[in-house]
Amino acid sequence: MKSRVINLIKRAFAVALFAPAMVMAAGAELHLDKAPVSTDPAALQHGAKLFVNYCLSCHSASFVRYNRMTEIGLSEQAIRDNLLFTADKTGDLMKIAMRRDEAKAWFGAPPPDLTLTARARSSEFGTGADWLYTYLRQFHRDPNRPTGWNNLVFPNVGMPHVLWELQGDQVAKAGEHGATLELAKPGKLSAQEYDKAIADLVSYMVWMAEPIADKRKTIGTFVLIFLAGLFVLTYALKKNYWKDIH
Amino acid sequence: MTTKSQALLNWVDERFPLTSSIKGHLTEYYAPKYFKFWYFFGSLALLVLVIQILTGIFLVMHYKPDASLNASGVPVAFASVEYIMRDVPGGWLIRYLHSTGASAFFVVVYLHMFRGLIYGSYRKPRELIWIFGTLIFLVLMAEAFMGYLLPWGQMSFWGAQVIVNLFSAIPIIGPDLSLVIRGDFVVSDATLNRFFAFHVIAVPLILIGLVAAHIIALHEVGSNNPDGVEIKKKKDANGIPLDGIPFHPYYTVKDIVGTVVFLFFFSAVVFFAPEGGGYFLEFNNFLPADPLVTPPHIAPVWYFTPFYSVLRAITYPLFGLDAKFWGVVGMGASVVIIAFLPWLDRSPVKSIRYKGPIFKSAIAIFVVCFFILGYLGVLPPTPGRTLLAQICSVLYFAFFLAMPWYSKLDKCKPEPERVNFK
Repeated sequence: MKSRVINLIKRAFAVALFAPAMVMAAGAELHLDKAPVSTDPAALQHGAKLFVNYCLSCHSASFVRYNRMTEIGLSEQAIRDNLLFTADKTGDLMKIAMRRDEAKAWFGAPPPDLTLTARARSSEFGTGADWLYTYLRQFHRDPNRPTGWNNLVFPNVGMPHVLWELQGDQVAKAGEHGATLELAKPGKLSAQEYDKAIADLVSYMVWMAEPIADKRKTIGTFVLIFLAGLFVLTYALKKNYWKDIH
Repeated sequence: MTTKSQALLNWVDERFPLTSSIKGHLTEYYAPKYFKFWYFFGSLALLVLVIQILTGIFLVMHYKPDASLNASGVPVAFASVEYIMRDVPGGWLIRYLHSTGASAFFVVVYLHMFRGLIYGSYRKPRELIWIFGTLIFLVLMAEAFMGYLLPWGQMSFWGAQVIVNLFSAIPIIGPDLSLVIRGDFVVSDATLNRFFAFHVIAVPLILIGLVAAHIIALHEVGSNNPDGVEIKKKKDANGIPLDGIPFHPYYTVKDIVGTVVFLFFFSAVVFFAPEGGGYFLEFNNFLPADPLVTPPHIAPVWYFTPFYSVLRAITYPLFGLDAKFWGVVGMGASVVIIAFLPWLDRSPVKSIRYKGPIFKSAIAIFVVCFFILGYLGVLPPTPGRTLLAQICSVLYFAFFLAMPWYSKLDKCKPEPERVNFK
């Protein structure tokens, strides 16, 4: 009896120990490349330009106002001249003209709002930025899909490869460890230049998902320093009051 | 005090027990001298309650409980949360304080309950304090559950869907009951509006009432201490407990230190990791609720997971009733059983300091099981994990149900006459 109980406890511990490993095995495993996220204003501005030119025609970022981009170093005038295609005022939200019912008819599902994608796509496999960085670099030609495109990270994705002019055509080759991609027809950018462009775009999307993030950490540092100082004072106060308690 | 202000105070005191209340609850409320680390969490729970109420008031000014879609196809409720995060000055801070506060509330309440458990604070004459406390915990769970629906994200929606569906497992009244809770056949705008009403008015009122009762009952019988002996038994010539000190100023200045330390860790999360690694704000909740897309894995927020694991661990139908029904019963029982501790513990001593090896092992196993159940609750079930959850659930209940026997059998050390100052 006793040995059976001990065995049961041993088994319980073994299960507890290997539970994290099993969660990996249970779901579809994703190998994500680490996104080189930057907070450099030049990178963010380049990312903003790519976002407005390539994404914002179908995807909204309906929680962001154009003039928020003054925080990444753009002037109101620069925003008005270069980025304002579908809105009249820089204080407008980054919405799109396409109607949702039409979008649904064309793509099967309306293209999702992208404001929070960099946060929503976080998982145990990596940050949302890692997901976006990998996803945008893994489109490949697939004649079986209505758009002619497929994606290794997001199988049977509804979106065609919007950046194909820049990246070129990739084809998937079945391999021992899953499919690998090969560049069949080069685009306007070299592979390195394309990766850098995507890194900038992803950096912009990370900024857009939480524009306050940088300021929050700066304020947080001061708050923690203040509280550390306050601790010294309050601890001295407590010591002083308690000195006659034995 | 000047004669004028003294006269004003007298005027008030003749009409309202101001001075006597301050004396009774602060300056002449005698608490044991040697409270240890664990005693900070009661006052911290009160602090978090105040944080939640204050931040909540400001959130309600800008939040809109509306599940209809705006022109961009986003639910208004979800969009209003992002509006708070982006366009309301300081809104991001208020919102992160509130969302982190929810998790912090459960952290301090769990630690506060653990203190009661190890020092026997639930024993006579503090049974009512303990019962009020259990009710506070129960009401707090309802408050957190309803509040979690309000951002109207994917996890808000599907979490509520799963939990409200559980009520339909109750025989006879179940289906109608879940209909009343939702106000609709699915989680919808009606559900969002009634959960909003409960979250901001009804449940907080009950919560504040219970907290008041908890503290009034405590100040009636006096605080326990790490030795589990009654300081009121040994009094000096003036009727003041020999081992007691007035709560104010001694414990007020001490609790201020505790508050600052707590705020340090709390701020570290608020300013540097408000998502709490996906446990305080689940990643899937950054997607607006979509009734047509079920997430592959619906996990409750971390503070519910031990009890959720108990629910999932019960997989056998019994007496012709669904396993799901017994799961709900098990989950409910795992919370309610805490209230019965005062009558389950038959040990001659209160504190773990004087209890024997059986109790110490029992509580160690209990804590380990609680953590394992909590961990399993965030993961999707597999046969191995379900078995482990079943073992832990049995041990969880055994801690309580076997207590009348093992607490009597235990070899306890004698309690000291007075509070031990170490």
